[in-house]
Amino acid sequence: MERKIRVLVAKPGLDGHDRGAKVIARALRDAGMEVIYTGLRQTPEQIVNAAIQEDVDVIALSILSGAHNHLFPRVVELLKERGVDDILVFGGGVIPEEDIPFLKSKGIAEIFGPGTPTSKTIEFIRANLKRPLDR
Amino acid sequence: MTDFNKLEQDFSLWNAKVEKANEKHPERKKQFVTGSNAPINRVYTPLDQKDFDYVKQLGLPGEFPFTRGVQPTMYRGRLWTMRQYAGFGTAEESNKRYKYLLEQGQTGLSVAFDLPTQIGYDSDHPLSEGEVGKVGVAIDSLEDMEVLFDGIPLDKVSTSMTINAPASVLLAMYIVVAEKQGVSAEKLNGTIQNDILKEYIARGTYIFPPEPSMRLITDIFEYCSKNVPNWNTISISGYHIREAGATAVQEVAFTLADGIAYVEAAIRAGLDVDEFAPRLSFFFNSHNDLFEEVAKFRAARRVWAYIMRERFGAKNPKSWMLRFHTQTAGSTLTAQQPDNNIIRVTIQALAAVLGGTQSLHTNSRDEALALPTEEAVRIALRTQQIIAYESGVAETVDPLAGSYYIESLTDRIEKEALQYLKHIDDLGGAVKAIEQGYIQKEIQDSAYQWQMDVEKGERIIVGLNKFQIEEKPPKGLLRVDPAVGERQKERLSALRARRNNNMVISALASLRNTARGTENLMFPILDAVRAYATLGEICEVLREEFGEYQPNVMF
Repeated sequence: MERKIRVLVAKPGLDGHDRGAKVIARALRDAGMEVIYTGLRQTPEQIVNAAIQEDVDVIALSILSGAHNHLFPRVVELLKERGVDDILVFGGGVIPEEDIPFLKSKGIAEIFGPGTPTSKTIEFIRANLKRPLDR
Repeated sequence: MTDFNKLEQDFSLWNAKVEKANEKHPERKKQFVTGSNAPINRVYTPLDQKDFDYVKQLGLPGEFPFTRGVQPTMYRGRLWTMRQYAGFGTAEESNKRYKYLLEQGQTGLSVAFDLPTQIGYDSDHPLSEGEVGKVGVAIDSLEDMEVLFDGIPLDKVSTSMTINAPASVLLAMYIVVAEKQGVSAEKLNGTIQNDILKEYIARGTYIFPPEPSMRLITDIFEYCSKNVPNWNTISISGYHIREAGATAVQEVAFTLADGIAYVEAAIRAGLDVDEFAPRLSFFFNSHNDLFEEVAKFRAARRVWAYIMRERFGAKNPKSWMLRFHTQTAGSTLTAQQPDNNIIRVTIQALAAVLGGTQSLHTNSRDEALALPTEEAVRIALRTQQIIAYESGVAETVDPLAGSYYIESLTDRIEKEALQYLKHIDDLGGAVKAIEQGYIQKEIQDSAYQWQMDVEKGERIIVGLNKFQIEEKPPKGLLRVDPAVGERQKERLSALRARRNNNMVISALASLRNTARGTENLMFPILDAVRAYATLGEICEVLREEFGEYQPNVMF
């Protein structure tokens, strides 16, 4: 039997815009995943701690303040420092397209901009998990 | 005189005829709904307004219940204030943008602060890393504020500051900058947002728990009523509630519920309602559904007027008036085909003007992508100017009044908002309803519904889920210089070395003392600001004394 996909939806940085994060969290839950939402103002350290503690398959980062180039790569770095390489990390928010190659080079698997349907995010997760779902 | 019997007969015959024709040639949709999912009838007639009472429901412009507007002549007397929210990078850069906007014919300033400033952290705080100067200007001390308003005479402009949890500190800085320009506090015009409840609900830049936050707010009410009489001491905001996904009705209801909570807190603090209520102001969103939005503004004015007069017994007509700023809806803008956003903003701005706004910010076409460029901001400002000078809509007061549809929508929004207000009263008021997560949950449900409607194609967003094209990534977006953070840090350490640190220490100690007691906090905050204590230092003292808000996280 397949286990459920576990996702941490996280808001790094100081911005308070979490309409998108909450909509995604609920859509993933409705798609049968187990979802934890961190709430606002999480440091990369807090996010990585929560991800390891909750044993998640996926970290979905959301940011709208423009601090993505600083905060997203930090999450991946910290995971590496902790020896974790099988968590899928991707992000969304108001992120200029020209920043995407840099973020991908830092290990962010994908960036979803404004207007992305939740169904696309769900497909992406299912297709790109790094851990097996069969127990 | 309308013969209602005859009209009723005619209407039912007509309806039968149309329904029959409908079987062959059905309407475009089974059900028509507003932008907020409220059902819309095929047509509105006097039958929808049978109990219409002009005097009770509308009244004359500038008179109770202000449905038609708060001024007797509205835009014939003076156009709304065109006020673009702006600020980024350092105080120098923002100061240049303000001067540019004033040269372009903007009539009021609106300051955007960066997130560390809004949350009471200095630029060198670890949590500020990556955020300094990004979504607004970085202000760490009075020194930055002096630069921000350099060469801008504060007795000549009105300034709105989007600042909430640390509003007292930024207001104190503004007052002291004015003093240094030789402008006394009673000559100052402007607004601080200062609305913490909607931060808990939707915007997220809270610091302290509700109780001390309400104290900071009522201390400002009291201080300004005596010292800064023309200052709008709060801007009770539905804008962010709507951006978070609320419907038009929820926007009105939750905003007014917050308003009621502030009035009650001030009365509990011993203030007389007519002493502070004339300086309460509001801030609403304007969405795409033109008629529903116009009706929303009208309904909000009417509901508030009755609340202030009947519930709180206010006697001063100024206490009854709901004056408001409007911003077009950022959340409706698309990253796809961004030029289309100019049209969306035009419709939304028109709704705000037809709804009688006192001031207006029009969003720029590139805001789903980045902070707006100078060119994009100019088009947004020109949109307002075209509405004001070319469209003719500003030449008479409340031109849509008496439309069967508009009045029916106004009545419906009023009725449904009152139901919400009753429920929130039953829960113990807005603060309790927020602590229980009730308001947040209602908004999240609406946001999710909207997203699902869009994904199912039940709601068409041009360029997003219909009429898409292949696009190249947009060029020439505004980028904030990443070195801003370093520059602010250097400026801070120079300031800390240069200022009289004994004065700072004693000012902060006196602030701590006042925080522990019940005296007005504005006085020690003003002293601390004058001594060049930083925003972060002042907020840190208050954090230690008041603690921090712990949100109820859910989705």
